Amino acid sequence: MSSGAYSMEEKKFDTKLDLKAVRPYGDTMNDGKVQMSFTLPVKNEERAAEAARVLARKMGLVEPLVAERKTLDDEFTFFVVYGKLTHSVNYEEVQVDAVEIETMTMDETDAFIRENFGRKLVVIGASTGTDAHTVGIDAIMNMKGYAGHFGLERYEMFDAYNLGSQVSNEEFIAKAVELKADILLVSQTVTQKDIHIQNLSELVELMEAENLRDKVILVAGGPRISHELAKELGYDAGFGPGQYADDVATFAVEEMVARGMK
Amino acid sequence: MSKLHLDPQKVQRARDLAWGIAEDTQRFVDMHTTVAVERTICRLLGIDGVNDLEVPLPNVVVDHLNEQEAVGIGVAHFIGNAMIQTGKSPQEVAEAVGRGELDLVKLPQADDFKIKEVIGELAAAMVERIRKNRQTREDYLARFGDKTTPYIYVIVATGNIYEDITQAKAAAKQGADIIAVIRTTGQSLLDYVPYGPTTEGFGGTMATQENFRLMRQALDEVGEELGRYIRLCNYCSGLCMPEIAAMGAIERLDVMLNDALYGILFRDINMKRTLVDQYFSRMINGFAGVIINTGEDNYLTTADAFEEAHTVLASQFINEQFAIIAGLPPEQIGLGHAYEIDPDLKNSFVYELAQAQMAREIFPREPLKYMPPTKFMTGNIFKGHIQDALFNAVTVITNQKLCLLGMMTEAIHTPFMSDRALAIENAEYIFTAMADLGSEIEFKKDGIIQQRASFVLDKATELLEVMNTQGLFRSLELGTFANIKRPQDGGKGLAGVYEKQKDYFNPFIALLHPTGGVQ
Repeated sequence: MSSGAYSMEEKKFDTKLDLKAVRPYGDTMNDGKVQMSFTLPVKNEERAAEAARVLARKMGLVEPLVAERKTLDDEFTFFVVYGKLTHSVNYEEVQVDAVEIETMTMDETDAFIRENFGRKLVVIGASTGTDAHTVGIDAIMNMKGYAGHFGLERYEMFDAYNLGSQVSNEEFIAKAVELKADILLVSQTVTQKDIHIQNLSELVELMEAENLRDKVILVAGGPRISHELAKELGYDAGFGPGQYADDVATFAVEEMVARGMK
Repeated sequence: MSKLHLDPQKVQRARDLAWGIAEDTQRFVDMHTTVAVERTICRLLGIDGVNDLEVPLPNVVVDHLNEQEAVGIGVAHFIGNAMIQTGKSPQEVAEAVGRGELDLVKLPQADDFKIKEVIGELAAAMVERIRKNRQTREDYLARFGDKTTPYIYVIVATGNIYEDITQAKAAAKQGADIIAVIRTTGQSLLDYVPYGPTTEGFGGTMATQENFRLMRQALDEVGEELGRYIRLCNYCSGLCMPEIAAMGAIERLDVMLNDALYGILFRDINMKRTLVDQYFSRMINGFAGVIINTGEDNYLTTADAFEEAHTVLASQFINEQFAIIAGLPPEQIGLGHAYEIDPDLKNSFVYELAQAQMAREIFPREPLKYMPPTKFMTGNIFKGHIQDALFNAVTVITNQKLCLLGMMTEAIHTPFMSDRALAIENAEYIFTAMADLGSEIEFKKDGIIQQRASFVLDKATELLEVMNTQGLFRSLELGTFANIKRPQDGGKGLAGVYEKQKDYFNPFIALLHPTGGVQ
């Protein structure tokens, strides 16, 4: 073995953190260690392992190690591969468009709404399009909330309506109009072939056509939604894993104030 | 051997209450038919295919009767009469109706006795075909043997039936016993069944008869190679519930999701419609030897698994009685539940063990269908794999029969081929490592597990008491069940429900139901 997960050799690299050239961290600064797994549609043989190493090198990994290969079917092989990444990133130049707010607690948000609006805000949420999963929207909306963060239904100053799953964009808009919603939350959980992007864009287009877009705060959420993606699609914000009802609530009420909504 | 020492009288009390609820509902069911039931009769009489506008011929025929307010007489009557009057087969009759050349209602009417004779012969031939399918399954199982340990149940969901086949064959080779082809989202709300092989779907693949046939053939082939019978599962729920049951019976599916309560609560399907549909579909499934799966696991994706555990049990009791009324033996009643307890809760595994053991002891002959964690799965696939391992441990310790394997990427995407292989490896490891653990352990007298099971049973009984007094329809209206309110005359599909008229007949009830449909 020239190199491997436990190789004691080749630790000559500079072990000082350099923010201009940040690399993945395995167990030593700048070692660049990366783990990944993938399947190739070929027979499980030595040639397949070499093909996996070639691919790893093309991804910028040196000394790729095929730690495991497993037959999934006659013509399919699964690989677990380790390697050292040659690429680095200049952290000082990295820019990100993220929702950067000081998250308020439920009580603080309720107080904020009383002070700034003097009325309950109407928020509706749904898992739209073909998506049948309510896990995401339930985590944000339901009384109980998720991971210790209460859902919007528990907030005194929100009238929260969870429309559930498979709500068409048209139905969603009709409900928003009927309830005079201030804040619209759209969840996309499990998607296939990027259907969620098409669906999220369609909602914005429909709202613009109805001249509604500027009258509400529109937020997208889901495991594959980033703030950047949501902004690109015409949403006010996007929330993903690790963000909860309080984050969404804080953003929405502050954004309403910032936009001078009453 | 009981580990929980539940009071048998309490269990019987709950069962009696559930019987009362189901029996009261059945009186409504017996008096009604639906467009879906009538389309199913068309299919069972051999009507298949689509017209120029891609409308399935069973829909063409039933819509034609619907326009003339004749559905309550039953499609069998009109098809039988048209056969006598025109000398055509049911398929030719349907095609002629589709071309607008034949009006079933305006034809001269033959003698009722003669109509029943003509239809009876055709119906008997179809029933014989379904019986032979059942025999084929039994022959396979006699030749290859059947598993006594939990069935490993995995899903495929590519949207393309041919890609599904590639994935399903690989899964079978990796050790899967049941392949479920997830339906494309939204199919449950279509009031027709699409036709032919399909290659486009979202989050799943269309349930069509041709897709059923293709997958059945593929699994038989791979089963021969492996010397195992690979079961095929699909979904007969939604607005075409009995039609999909009939398609499954014709193409020898082995397992079917089949639960009206699920459709009412989670798909907003009208309760009258789907309960009538459920009765006929369960009857077909029963005769075809299909194991039905009920959808109790779904309550816990919205409600809390710890606080609402009793709703799952109450629903299992009700579903059991509906299944018995439709003629299903316990061995085909796959009551559902799920490992959806919050992993941060102290003793979550212990409570889950109590719940699973309770279901096992209350329904000793039923092949319980156990669903893996979904709600608390995150992007941390490494933790997810462990959550699935705990689920697998409960499965084998409490002898759940249909074990739907969890995928560590549950919260991210429909499974990769490798996700499925790793899930099967996980399950096989645990099933082997803990093979006899369940029979080795007893639970502490009046400990957490015994007390929890007894508490859940008491709460389920309380709920059943209320529902028994209110009746099922009223309970669903008031939100007594699962805290979701559904109006009796709301939801999708109500327009397709008809009171049976005096001369109504469905030739299949007498042939498919073990007692001929007499309660």
